[in-house]
Order: sequence, then structure tokens, then C-alpha cells
Amino acid sequence: MGTFDFLLQGLLVAVQPMNLIYALIGVTLGTAVGVLPGIGPALTVALLLPVTYKLDPGGSLIMFAGIYYGGMYGGSTTSILLNTPGESSSIVTALEGNKMARAGRGGPALATAAIGSFVAGLIATLALAFIAPYIVKLALVFGPREYFALMVLAFVTVSSAFGDSTLRGLTSLFIGLTLACIGIDQLTGQTRLSFGVPDLLDGIEVTTLAVAMFAIGETLYIAAQGDRGPDKVEAVKGSVWMSAMDWARSWKPWLRGTAIGFPIGAMPAGGAEIGTFLSYATEKRLTKHPEEFGNGAIEGVAGPEAANNASAAGTLVPLLTLGLPTTATAAIMLAGFQQYGLQPGPLLFATNPQLVWGLIASLLIANFMLLVLNLPLIGLWVKLLTIPKPWLYAGILLFATLGTIGANPSVFELGMLLAFGLLGYVMRVFGYPIAPVVVGLILGPLAEQQLRRALSISQGDITVLFTSPIAAVLLVIAALALIVPLILRARGRGQVLAQLAASED
Amino acid sequence: MNKGNHPSVETRRPDRAALIIAVVLAVIAGLIFWDVSRLTGLAGYSQIGPTTVPYVIACCLVGLAVWTAIEAVRGDFGHEREHQESGPVLWIVGGLAAQMLLLNTLGFSIATGILFAMTARGFGKRMLWLTVPVGIAFSFVVWLIFAKLLQLSLPAGPLERLFF
Repeated sequence: MGTFDFLLQGLLVAVQPMNLIYALIGVTLGTAVGVLPGIGPALTVALLLPVTYKLDPGGSLIMFAGIYYGGMYGGSTTSILLNTPGESSSIVTALEGNKMARAGRGGPALATAAIGSFVAGLIATLALAFIAPYIVKLALVFGPREYFALMVLAFVTVSSAFGDSTLRGLTSLFIGLTLACIGIDQLTGQTRLSFGVPDLLDGIEVTTLAVAMFAIGETLYIAAQGDRGPDKVEAVKGSVWMSAMDWARSWKPWLRGTAIGFPIGAMPAGGAEIGTFLSYATEKRLTKHPEEFGNGAIEGVAGPEAANNASAAGTLVPLLTLGLPTTATAAIMLAGFQQYGLQPGPLLFATNPQLVWGLIASLLIANFMLLVLNLPLIGLWVKLLTIPKPWLYAGILLFATLGTIGANPSVFELGMLLAFGLLGYVMRVFGYPIAPVVVGLILGPLAEQQLRRALSISQGDITVLFTSPIAAVLLVIAALALIVPLILRARGRGQVLAQLAASED
Repeated sequence: MNKGNHPSVETRRPDRAALIIAVVLAVIAGLIFWDVSRLTGLAGYSQIGPTTVPYVIACCLVGLAVWTAIEAVRGDFGHEREHQESGPVLWIVGGLAAQMLLLNTLGFSIATGILFAMTARGFGKRMLWLTVPVGIAFSFVVWLIFAKLLQLSLPAGPLERLFF
């Protein structure tokens, strides 16, 4: 069967009423968390993991993916109206979008962001559907050593290729890898780093770590900034509809943003932010109205917003076909798959096509839902921005602890939540990125497993890791991704990389 | 790099906080070495066992600790730290600790209501007489939805038993 048949079958799964409801819940929650500053899709999926583990796997995964897409839409609203990006991938949108809102053009800015996100989401999801089967075929020739090399590449790109310091990125990653060692060794059953504490035998729960690092760490950090006075929400003045001129200036940036965002999301390159910066730079160079850039150019909203949605879809390519997460949200979605005993990868396409294609097809539907949620209903989301901070963060901590208590109502687990929350706070104060810790915890055991398998096959001969051409190429790219930024920073060119910081929350 | 011994070093004092981070990283590495050393002799025929990866991680942590220490001494650890107010942090940490300790005796609603009020206090809402009841009521509604409707096991206390 071809991709079309699979996609049609997937659509049949996706239009089942229950799945439509899950998708609707997902995109609504996703938009809400995208709009609210301080919480993002990674945290939301982490919070929902314990709540959903008794539900149907297909439906829950559809919901998680809806949250991811919704977060990308919602982030733009906050950027445009508040000048505080709701998501790190919306930082660029704030540059031009907030200027447009101040000039009374908030409506068209929101519209071009929403429609651009829709166009990009649609094209990129179709691209995901058509590319995935080829990557699955490619992945079938992958052995343990190729997987190990791929994971090393993901470690490097997530932790150190971008951001302002290789040292801090790598330190975060190794903290995550250390935490990943805690518990019972998967191959020999030995206990490692659990110091006789029975609660540690199962290892560190991904949800506990993610919720603590993202929700509690962020809350503490924001509280510690003290009262800086209320943020100013720009009212949406005038029509939300775009004029013919706006359309004419927007459609090319949408397509270019999609073309830039999707491949970057699909490569293990660490997040949606990079695509948005590249798209912004491209639009700035190609525009016929250079004088407007910096004062509210619509191209500067249309391109990056399309790029961040396209890269969200792109991220699903390595996640579904290889089981390789390249962002914090994808990493937690992987944990979601694992909670149902499913391992994303080439096998999942063979053993559970209904689930995979249902998920992809429901993303197409989710895009339509998001367009409706984010254009006619935009007023509702703007109201969310007016919730006072004390109530907002008190509520966030209530739900943050709810997830952990629901999974394991023990004093020990809550103690870990508090300890990791403090760790996340201290790491934020000193500028350490958070995403590598989470990726390290989730991907660490998988990488170790593949490494030990590869070396068992070769009877301990380490050179086997470099003798497969695919693995060797991947490791060389990983080495370059580690060394080139180091040289750039040493020569004082680190500014650009710091701007591309992949600090996804 | 020989500037370290130069008198003008006063402008670039060693970064105390970064030095402490370096020490912490080294201590974690030491913990791994100490713990994993119990497991030796189990490597199996591939000579790669449960100890190999922890050893590699510990070695990398030592390397990162040295790197951090060098940057700390040279004063280019960088990253400007914004002023941090400790009051709000203590309120929220206190709230989380209170919830942790009270959860199994007083139940979800009361313990979480206290967390709610103390977090709001950290963000500047000082009226505890208002925020504690609001927090408890809100937590109780959440408990109803998640424990009764979604069958999540959230500990019940006196308040929950009053109704069920």
C-alpha cells in the first residue's frame, strides 16, 4: 500500500468521535499553555502523562501531538500582544509582531501568524506522511552502532551546538545522563547509584524530573525576579482580517518559512527556534520594504511563525521513524509512547500502522481546529493573559504536584520533585539550559543499551563503532557540531549562537 | 593565558559560585566512582558491563568540573546573574515542603490549598486569610474531578472524608 492508502486509513481512525475529542482537548490545552508565559508544551505533556496512562494509547498520543501543535500557535499570540514570548520559538515573532500591535495592526499580525501556522502545519504534516516511509526503510538497515551514533549526534546538537556556552550545555547533558544511570541496570539487573534506597530502584521518573525542572524551577525563577509591575497587554484594535496587501506580502514568507522550518525540525538539530531565526533573516534580506523591518513588517511575523510550526511537524519525523527525540517536548512524548509499551521506530510502522497513521492524520484535522480556535476565538485567549500572576503560578504548582501525586503519592516522590525544582532554579540562575537534562535522562538508557549491544556483537572491539560508513558519518557530524561552535565562540562569534539558544520550556 | 599571575588580576576575580559548581560536579563524579566500584568483575565477555557507561560519565564530569574551575578562575564563566530575591523563593519552597509533609495526614485538598496560598504569597498576595480557603476550595474541586471522575488515586483526608 502507498502512503495515500495509509493516510486514508489513518483519517478513518482520526475521525472516530473519541479521537476527535482527544484532538480537540489537545489543541485547546496546547493553545492555552502556548498563550500563558512560563509554561510550555513539554511541561503540559509531562503533567498529563500520569493522568492519561489509563486511557487509550492512540487517543492520548493524538492529544499530546495536539498540545505540541497548539503550543506553537498559542505562543505567537503572547509574543504579539505582550512582547513576552509564550514559547522560546516565538521570540522572533515578538520582534515585528509586537511593533505591529503597538501600531494598531495587532489583528493582521495575529491573522498572518495563525494562517501561516495553518499553511505550514498542513504542508509539513503531509511532508511528514510522505517522507516517513522512506526513512523507515532507511532505518531498517540501522544496527545498534548506527543508532548509537545517531543518539550521540542528538546529544551534541541538543546540548552544545547552540546556546551561549558549550560548557554549560554539556554539563546539563551529563547531569541528565548521571540521573539516567540511577536504578536497576537493564541488562544485568545490577543496582546502580541507588545507595540502598528502594524508591530509587525504578530510576528517576521522567515526569517528576520534567515537571520539577520546567514548572517548579521556572516558577521559583520568576518569583525571585520580584514584582516588576504588570506587563502591558496590547488590545487588539481594528479588524483581525488581513487586507489584500497583507495577503500578497504574507504568502511567500509562509511557504519559505515552511521550507526552512521542516528540514531543520526533521534533522537532529535541537528545536524550532533555529528555523525561526533563519526564516526571519531570510525575509529581512528578501523584503521589498526593508524600512519596515524593526517597525512592524508583516513578513517578519509570517515567515518565522510558519517556520516554527513546520519544524514542530519536522520533529515528529525522527521521533516516529527512529524513536529519536530532538526537543524536550518530543523527548517527553517518547516517554508517553513508552508508558504504553510502545517504542517509536521502524517497527511501530509495521506492527501498529493504525496508531501511527491515525496520529499523523489527526494532526491534519488538528490544524483545522487550531485555525478556528486561533482566529475567531482569539478574544478568549487574550483574556487568559490578564490572569494575575499570583493566581496563575499558584494554579500551575497545584497542577504540577497533582501529576506527581497521582502517579505516586509518596513523600519521597514529592521530595524529589522539590529537589529537582531547586536544581532547575539554580540552573536557570547560572544560565544552564534545561532541555539537555531531560533529553539525557530519556535518551541516556537507550544510548547505553545500543552501545552495549554493538560492543557485545563485536566482543568488546571499540573500533566497530567507526567502521560502519553511516555510523562514521554521523559521528563526524556530531564531532563537528561540538567543535565548530567552540571555535566560533573562541573567536568572538558566539553572539549568533547565543541567539539561537534552544531553551525550550 | 599567563595573565593569571599578573597583578591586574584584581579586575578578574575568581568566580566563587562557579568554583562551587565545579566542586559539586567533581563530588558527583566521585559518588559515581565510589558506587560503581562495587560492581566490578561483572563485565561479561564483551568486557563492557553495567560499570562501563557510569565510568565514562564520571570521567566526563571530572573533565567538566576542571573546565568549569578554569573558567571560574579566569573569570570568563560569563553569564550575568540577575538579582534574585530570596523571600518569594522561600515562601514557595516552604509551600512545597508543607504539602509534601501534610499530604498523607490532611489529604490532598488541605495540603495543596496551603501550597496554593503560599505560592500566591510568594508572588505578592499577602492575604492568607483569603488565599488559604480559596486554595483549599479550588483543590477540592480538582480532587473531585481527578479522583472521582478520572479515577486517579489522590490521598483523601478529613475534608474529603466529610463528603465521601
